Amino acid sequence: MKVFMIGWEFPPYISGGLGTACYGLTKAMSRSGTEITFVLPGAGETGSGNYMKILSAEGFIKAEELNSFKNVHFRTVSSPLKPYVPSELCGGGVLGKNNSGIGARNWLSNPSKNLQNYGRDIYEQVYRYAEKTAQIASVEDFDIIHAHDWMTFPAAMAAAELSQKPIVVQVHSTEFDRSGEKVNQIVYDIERQGLHNAGRVIAVSNYTKNIVVNRYGIRPDKVDVVYNGVEGGGCAHWQKPAEKRDKVVLFLGRITFQKGPDYFIAAAKKVLEKISNVKFIMAGDGDMMHRMIEYAAYLGIGHKMLFTRFLRGHDVEKVYQMADLYVMPSVSEPFGIAALEALKNNVPVLVSRQSGVAEALRNALKVDFWDVNQIANKIVAVLKHPPLGQMLRENGQAEAGNFRWEDSAAKVNEIYKRILNNN
Amino acid sequence: MASVCFYFQVHQPYRLRNYTVFDTDSNYFDDTKNAQICRKVADKCYLPANRLMLELIKKYKGNFRISYSITGVLLDQLQIYAPEVLTTFKELAATGCVEFLAETYYHSLSSLYSQDEFISQIRLHKQTIQRLFGQTPRVFRNTELVYNNRIAELIEQIGGFDAILAEGVDRILGYKSPNFVYRPVKCKKLKLLLKNYHLSDDIAFRFSNRGWSDWPLNAPKFANWINAVNGCGYVVNLFMDYETFGEHQWEDTGIFEFLRHLPGEILKHPDNNFKTPSEVAAAYKDCDAIDIPYTISWADIERDLSAWLGNPMQQNAIVEMYKLEKTVKSTADESIIRDWRKLQISDHFYYMCTKWFADGDVHKYFNPYETPYDSYINFMNVLDNLNSRCFKVLFEKENKFRNCSRGRNMPEQKVLRKNTDKFYVLERN
Repeated sequence: MKVFMIGWEFPPYISGGLGTACYGLTKAMSRSGTEITFVLPGAGETGSGNYMKILSAEGFIKAEELNSFKNVHFRTVSSPLKPYVPSELCGGGVLGKNNSGIGARNWLSNPSKNLQNYGRDIYEQVYRYAEKTAQIASVEDFDIIHAHDWMTFPAAMAAAELSQKPIVVQVHSTEFDRSGEKVNQIVYDIERQGLHNAGRVIAVSNYTKNIVVNRYGIRPDKVDVVYNGVEGGGCAHWQKPAEKRDKVVLFLGRITFQKGPDYFIAAAKKVLEKISNVKFIMAGDGDMMHRMIEYAAYLGIGHKMLFTRFLRGHDVEKVYQMADLYVMPSVSEPFGIAALEALKNNVPVLVSRQSGVAEALRNALKVDFWDVNQIANKIVAVLKHPPLGQMLRENGQAEAGNFRWEDSAAKVNEIYKRILNNN
Repeated sequence: MASVCFYFQVHQPYRLRNYTVFDTDSNYFDDTKNAQICRKVADKCYLPANRLMLELIKKYKGNFRISYSITGVLLDQLQIYAPEVLTTFKELAATGCVEFLAETYYHSLSSLYSQDEFISQIRLHKQTIQRLFGQTPRVFRNTELVYNNRIAELIEQIGGFDAILAEGVDRILGYKSPNFVYRPVKCKKLKLLLKNYHLSDDIAFRFSNRGWSDWPLNAPKFANWINAVNGCGYVVNLFMDYETFGEHQWEDTGIFEFLRHLPGEILKHPDNNFKTPSEVAAAYKDCDAIDIPYTISWADIERDLSAWLGNPMQQNAIVEMYKLEKTVKSTADESIIRDWRKLQISDHFYYMCTKWFADGDVHKYFNPYETPYDSYINFMNVLDNLNSRCFKVLFEKENKFRNCSRGRNMPEQKVLRKNTDKFYVLERN
């Protein structure tokens, strides 16, 4: 079976879950023998007139992993579009080569999925991407089209029109996750059109499936849930850090509306009413960062709230080692691989119920993102009662090991087979 | 000769309310939920089952005999939420065919942690049974059939008991059969009755299981299994939760009809009869001593303590709770002592159990928590508040004492201040 997969970002040029998920999924699918042509927007570093550049996988993948990707052929559309925004962070080329894999999530300063950050011509870019992708599709041979998130939906529809092949769209996040109730109508329309034109829809959680069904009017039986996996082993053996004075509670993610950083700070304030030997770390960048610094200062807990800005590579591992608890108070989180990564790094997790990972993970503390009292209550409990953290860590780490990309890939393959048999 | 010995466990805990670290009041229990569940179980199980038992006892004119162990915490709740259940239990007591057993008033695991507390809870329960049902329990059954040599010895020391109950665990019995009367090793008079878990679980757990090869189970079939014991045992001990009737096994499974026809079928065989635990102990000689050095219970497939004490959270919670015993008792404050005792109810620790992958279904029964972690957090918050209440009371006492002794010589004052400082530090932490 040959798959024509259309993505938007890929390590090392990623800003969040989408790139990580595409990486993990294609790697596992390639290993299981599925042939994939992976189309990506180019980084735009080459000025050549070729619309299509055939890359050897070396441009993307660490040398030791090349074998895992042997069934994947990358095609990039090199055009003026620049989806990977903050150039000061990922200079271009293969700079991030050493940073892929676990603990090396690139928490870029700008949410690339957030519209304002694409610049004004985002729609133009999306449709130009569609046009170029269609051109690639016309010369490639494949059985099925698989598109990830709305930016790729027009491309998928264009490719389908040319090839008459069925589309599978995978939803890693929706406009409602990113923007709450203030949805961008144009993006919503593209999402809706893409979902309705697809032969099947893959949602990364039941949480997301519900949104797809209720907000986009898709039949529930057309939507399959395939959970994400998590890469790598993390630190195999947890070492108790040397006796330190202060406990550390960690927020790691983009500091944007979607991730609920304000609830984290409000909870921190309440925690500090009960225990004093604790520090809070906010690792990440985002459009709400300055407001959050001011908010912490306003609450009088500025000295307890440390802002690290964006962390990468080794620093991420270090911050995990320091942490006694990872908190993910997302307002709306389609999945939340980050929580699994924290567990893999031996950090117990507290996640919001408004996330996909909350429905899939048993050994985690769960709260409603708005329930600051409960967030604080549970943070205090973990810090005060060592057996709780210990059990969450041990059982959680074991459970996180069950989220394997191989299983996700197998499910996706099943879905392909079903749709091809029906046609 | 095969005697059938029925004992039903009747218990509902006081469930805690959602109590965060920011709560400061001392209303720890979810009265609404406890009332609801108590009413629901009363309507689905206690009332219909009690009525049926009364009917059967009358019908068989003293030949159908049963026993109950009702926890103090349930009796308290029934008095408030379902007094008619208590009335029917009293009617049952008046028939003379029903025996009430003794246990720890608070359905606690105190036998493992505090001898003093264990003894006073048994005493409390015994008094309550005497007051409500007019009979003095002669047989002891520990919470969840938790049992070891030491507990049996202690029960003999306390005195007033003829027998103690335990689970007929295979690894203890080996080739021996639970259908005889035994004696705990090191005990002289006390007899040991062992649960026949095969036949008990056929009713309690497998009755409605359509995957079971003996489904559907009916009274003649079960009576045949009892008859098979004739010649190789004296007694079949059928110990189970009373909630089996109507709650674990719903009415539409036919469980009540099964029970209705069971005595008749069993009594068809001339050698069969029904006996209460005391009657079994009086009728049969013990045939051997049984040595149970480590603790067993009737829970799950492991039949050990792992359902309550199997993980670090459970261990931590229970140890911290019993650590408070001295402090709690030194306050001499009734409401504090009662709250502390309600925290001993074993269900609180059951909810913290994490081995739910194999035994999940049972552990979910009326479990108010989403995860065992939430249960632990809630419990520890309550315990923390109880702790600070104790210190507040003690601190006030200390103050009164200091005011009284003002003007005395200096050294004593110094000692007092040192003590209060210690309290202050403890309280702050």
